[in-house]
Amino acid sequence: MRRWLPFAAVVALAILPYSTVELPGIFDGAFNSPGTLQLLALCLLFGGLALGYDLLFGRTGLLSFGHALYFAAGAYGTDILVTKAGFPLWSAVAVALLGGTLLALLLGAVALRTHGIAFAMVTLAFAQVGAIMVARDPGRLTGGEEGLPITGLPDPLVGVANTVNLYWIALAYLVIVAFVVHRVAASPTGRVLAAVRDDDRRVSVLGLDPYRYRLASFTLSGALAVAGGVVYLLLVGGASPHAASSDLTLSLLVMVVLGGPGTRWGPVAGGVLFTYLDHRLTAFGSSSTVDSLPGVIGGPLAQPLFVLGTVFVLAVYFFPGGLAGLGRRLGPLRTVLVRRRPPGPVAPGVVEPPAADRDRPEPAHASREPAE
Amino acid sequence: MSTVVLLTLTGLGLAALYFLVASGLSLVFGLADVLNFAHGLFLSVGAYGTWWAAANLAGAGDSGGGFVLAVAFGVLAGAVAAAVVELVLIRPLYRRTIEQVLVTVGLSLAGVALLQAAWGADARTFPRPQWTREATPIAGAGVPNAGLLLIAAAVVVLGGLLALLRFTRIGLVIRAGVENREMVTALGIDVRRAFTVVFAVGGAAAALAGALGGVYFGAVSPGQGGSLLIYAFIVVVIGGMGSVVGSAYAAVAVGLVQQFVNYYGASGLGDVCVVALLAIVLLIRPRGLVGRLA
Repeated sequence: MRRWLPFAAVVALAILPYSTVELPGIFDGAFNSPGTLQLLALCLLFGGLALGYDLLFGRTGLLSFGHALYFAAGAYGTDILVTKAGFPLWSAVAVALLGGTLLALLLGAVALRTHGIAFAMVTLAFAQVGAIMVARDPGRLTGGEEGLPITGLPDPLVGVANTVNLYWIALAYLVIVAFVVHRVAASPTGRVLAAVRDDDRRVSVLGLDPYRYRLASFTLSGALAVAGGVVYLLLVGGASPHAASSDLTLSLLVMVVLGGPGTRWGPVAGGVLFTYLDHRLTAFGSSSTVDSLPGVIGGPLAQPLFVLGTVFVLAVYFFPGGLAGLGRRLGPLRTVLVRRRPPGPVAPGVVEPPAADRDRPEPAHASREPAE
Repeated sequence: MSTVVLLTLTGLGLAALYFLVASGLSLVFGLADVLNFAHGLFLSVGAYGTWWAAANLAGAGDSGGGFVLAVAFGVLAGAVAAAVVELVLIRPLYRRTIEQVLVTVGLSLAGVALLQAAWGADARTFPRPQWTREATPIAGAGVPNAGLLLIAAAVVVLGGLLALLRFTRIGLVIRAGVENREMVTALGIDVRRAFTVVFAVGGAAAALAGALGGVYFGAVSPGQGGSLLIYAFIVVVIGGMGSVVGSAYAAVAVGLVQQFVNYYGASGLGDVCVVALLAIVLLIRPRGLVGRLA
């Protein structure tokens, strides 16, 4: 049954735009209204982006602070090629994907010569160059602070009435990312990536080169982010400097950690939840409920990032496994509750099995080293 | 000639700002392995503390002794904020590096949002004494006094930090802790007390950077700390993590490169050159210019 659950979810999501059900308080309009579809599409897009970032962070153990660079390369690359150079959309997307992937390969090759925190700082610095270039507007290409609205798109992608097409594109992006990441994670390469994360010296002793596997993971993750940038461009109708900022990478990190790094669906859940809350809290912050609160409480609550940042800090302390680890952490509580019930048929599968690809072997190398 | 003098001195002013932020960051990283994303928040706390004190604190103002009092209040606020962050948030996660980074990331997001909630997202005019707006003629170039003030402050902080590290007991513990923390702990010294001291000192230096940076730029805004922090990170990596003297060299190099290339080359090229400098240093000397503590 669990095998078919993702497929059922995709089918349900694909036919969702035909529904006119309203959920007051959760969404402003019915599911088929453009506003709701736009928000849902953004949620799906960031779910996919977070999963792609998790290939790097949760599955390979690389803490990169420069992921926004590749996202921006996809968004700005396509935007400039279509709007300024007059390329047709599909060839622009192909060129941007190729260029962005090459960029990830080149910069990854340099940055991966460092390790741990130094790697984080170097990727941050590279991404900062991208953010500066975008903001300085060289040759009036990027539009500087205002961003660059895209013009010359094919008709089915333009206009409020066609939001549903953008929604399907975002859904397709999430499906592709999930397919790629899960295929890679289940392949022999994925097992080496997990080994590199857990103990890279052991990998080199086994005769494999950790550097090459790290670079492969970095490039693939970068390519997925480039594709995400393209989808974002179509969805928002233009590229803005926020796409290149380090804040975007930090939000991706927050999504992954909230959802559960290295788990199958945790990063997707984290990305969807973060994006939803980020947008809804903005609306909530300007609502009358918050306005009626005294300024000391209402002021900070009107800032989505204050709420999300605080939740994130608390999550790091109290839920290290994120949303995906929640089931396991609450497992004992549920067993107690189930036992309290009068004797009767206990539903099978009440206790969640642990996420399969998270239970890694104990690092036992310390005890095996020669005791000299 | 006068252009070169002017560019050198303004570049050094920028370098002074970077050094004030980077010195604390470098010591915290060298000793406690904490990559502190919340360091930019301490800078903002210092800047807003000074700004608030100049308007509201009795005896403080925007000129003379009153301004010194306002800056002192800002620096104290930064030091207290840093010490509280270390005691409450960092200490429970001792030795779990990634979690510590994540907590400081969350803190920096929430802190900037909190500042925005309190004083708005727009830049506020910073109170500054009249003389800092004027310029001093040096070798035919009119050098802004605010830049000279930054350089003087950075030199004093560098001297003070080196004296603290060389001549005091806690400095000895810090130097030993950067070299080999396990050994210091094994000798029965509570190295965590040194963490708190390093955090507080680093927070104070960053807060001073915030206050004097406010004087230099003439305004404070919630996002200011974050943008300076990235250059401070670059300075720390180039200088070698854990080294105060290395941070000073690297800050001077970064400040001068940025200023000269931005003037003679295209706008924005200086920032790109700084990152290129970082890449070159990392490829040639992965441990930074000075691999060891001062």
